[in-house]
Amino acid sequence: MGATILIVDDSKLARIVMGKAITALQPEWTRVEAGNADEALAIVDRQAVDVAVLDFNMPGLDGLALAAELRRRFPAMSIAVATANVQDEVVAGARAVNATFISKPVTEDGMRGFLSGAALRLRSAGQ
Amino acid sequence: MTEQIIFLEDLERDALTELVNIGVSRSAVSLRKMVGEQVILSVPSLELMTRTAAAKLIREQENEDLVAVCQDFEGAFSGRALLIFPEDSSLALAHAVAGGPLLGDEAHLMEDEALAETGNVVLNGCLASMANMLKRRLTLSLPMVLRGNGKLLFEATEVEADRRVVLFLYINFAINDRDVRGYIAMLMDLPSLGILKGLVNDFIARVVGPDEPGVV
Repeated sequence: MGATILIVDDSKLARIVMGKAITALQPEWTRVEAGNADEALAIVDRQAVDVAVLDFNMPGLDGLALAAELRRRFPAMSIAVATANVQDEVVAGARAVNATFISKPVTEDGMRGFLSGAALRLRSAGQ
Repeated sequence: MTEQIIFLEDLERDALTELVNIGVSRSAVSLRKMVGEQVILSVPSLELMTRTAAAKLIREQENEDLVAVCQDFEGAFSGRALLIFPEDSSLALAHAVAGGPLLGDEAHLMEDEALAETGNVVLNGCLASMANMLKRRLTLSLPMVLRGNGKLLFEATEVEADRRVVLFLYINFAINDRDVRGYIAMLMDLPSLGILKGLVNDFIARVVGPDEPGVV
């Protein structure tokens, strides 16, 4: 099924690594990338996005603030925050907007659970 | 000089920043457990400059005297890692770690001990994460508490070394509700930087894999 996944990270390397994991796990999905929150919001303004993976520590709006904004606009979007910063407040912030955690450095294994869950939700929503 | 400025390619700089980001994020998790409040980090900044310029950069942002916990590291690459605070913040941090104000004749010693322990947790955590991701072992010296200005914190043992270019890496941090803020900084000599560049490239190749065209 042709879902679209948005990758937001200020690190190009991190975007490449996440992109590769996504291609390996969900080869049918279309990937779009943004280097910061503003770019990400511009993308969701002009095209449909089903799934989003967000870096936490970025210049400008951080990943949690971006997750909150995406959640406000798209209640059904599957959102994950990728970070090694698992402080209680960060974890609670992600929970509050119903976002999943992916630990950094990102690996295929680390993304598997989130992507399968997102795929499942998309399928059941499509039925 | 130009040769040194372009020493790191874009993706190498990106990868190194990401490694530092991950290392420091893990340290922030440990520090949060010590102080019981959220630790807020900036995005790392990474520049090639002389030790003197690095000292000036920190001094220009601070009016007060500085307190730093510093640890030298050695291994595949070597340098100095520092946790730097304005003096007021160092006291507030020591109190936060100790769970209350430090009183009596030994307050000063206790403060240094609390700072050394904090520095050890933060710097060790960050460097160990980086070393693991680069698949190399680093040996760290015991933490030392230094007081003074930026020059004192960054200066090398030989005078001429102060004019040599180093890799200067720093992150601002603040602790919510505790009036604590400071910097995590790292200085790396250029001979080390050459080796680090190689290790960063190996890291990029490992995480990206061989089949991504035009990346490595």
